[in-house]
Amino acid sequence: MSEAASIYSVDKVLLVAIRDNITDTDIINLQEDLSERIVNEAARGVVIDIAALEIVDTFVGRILAQLSSISRLLAAETYIVGMRPAVAMTLVELGMDLPGSKTALSLSHALRSLKAKGLA
Amino acid sequence: MTVAPTTELSRLLREDFDGVLDAWFATQKREGVRRPDLFSDRESRRQLSDLLRAFAEVLARIDITEPVDIEADVWSELRLALSEITLVRTERGVAPWEMTAFILALKQPVFVKLNESLSGTPDRLLSIAADFGRIVDALAMHINEYFIAERDEIIERQRAEMMELSTPVVQLWERVLTIPLIGTLDSMRAQEVMENLLNSIVEHSAEVVIVDITGVRVVDTQVAQHLLRTAAAVRLMGAEAIISGISPKIAQTMVELGVDVGEVTTRPSIRAALAEAFRRVGFQISRIEDSRV
Repeated sequence: MSEAASIYSVDKVLLVAIRDNITDTDIINLQEDLSERIVNEAARGVVIDIAALEIVDTFVGRILAQLSSISRLLAAETYIVGMRPAVAMTLVELGMDLPGSKTALSLSHALRSLKAKGLA
Repeated sequence: MTVAPTTELSRLLREDFDGVLDAWFATQKREGVRRPDLFSDRESRRQLSDLLRAFAEVLARIDITEPVDIEADVWSELRLALSEITLVRTERGVAPWEMTAFILALKQPVFVKLNESLSGTPDRLLSIAADFGRIVDALAMHINEYFIAERDEIIERQRAEMMELSTPVVQLWERVLTIPLIGTLDSMRAQEVMENLLNSIVEHSAEVVIVDITGVRVVDTQVAQHLLRTAAAVRLMGAEAIISGISPKIAQTMVELGVDVGEVTTRPSIRAALAEAFRRVGFQISRIEDSRV
């Protein structure tokens, strides 16, 4: 796992922090890492924090959608949090509004939602 | 050695400065662009002499074999004098054509002067007159440009002001924002609305935003598309959008157009939307028992 993204485990929730300098390879590695950790740790919740991302393209957009789909398949509820306005606008502009993914304003908002559902 | 046409012109203007000035003034009077209703004789004369002096200066320094480029440095003084006079005159309500005629009126008196001094050499007279005509025409065109630029600037400023006025994001309650849309929603404004809204979501950590379209005159497919995209971006940020102010008429049009709002919450009025927003952020409005009448 490179430094461009880190996965932290808190209780039964996996926190993924994506840094700004993430590369395409990093993000594919992250996808593998995350799916394995979800299974190994029997995580029921995943929070992907993209507050550091300033620029997205179709590739990153697609991977974000994939990350949440994979997690959902592995029975972990996934939240994408901390998206910047410019990133949100770009994604909508690209027609990638992540229809299947849950979103929250911040990490704490996502944790609150997960707690409310008894997943954290 | 013959003297350059522009030097000749400059000399002519300087030699008989008052004569040319008077004649210019008279031509303006005759053409009806003197505007005695707006300027006293004294002020008009002062404006003209400023302009003429600057003009004579420039003529002594330019090379007429080159194209006339009013934007060049050598013209800067005349340009300044010209824009000052144009400004003063337009502020008092002088029309663009009058300003152009005001400058063009200089041609005739100078032609007359040229005729007097060069009647012996018709070739030279013709060539100098042609050069002078070119220069004066360039000046007149410059004035037109100036008018257009001025007007464009006003339009641009008003557009920016209108844009700003028309997209205020208001905090209704903790974590609840609203953006009342008024008028027409074109791509430009939709972009502005989205930007403002998303930035405000971050600023206020808002969880629910009400996009009120009560004041939007027409909802066509494009407007609906803008609204839905805004709602999608809001959702990506982790907040929820409620579109309110959908009148019965607009509801019917939207269905007829085949617009599918998908998962976006809609409410007929801003009041209903606010009630829904309160429910989502966990607030409740209740009547105080004693106030019941």
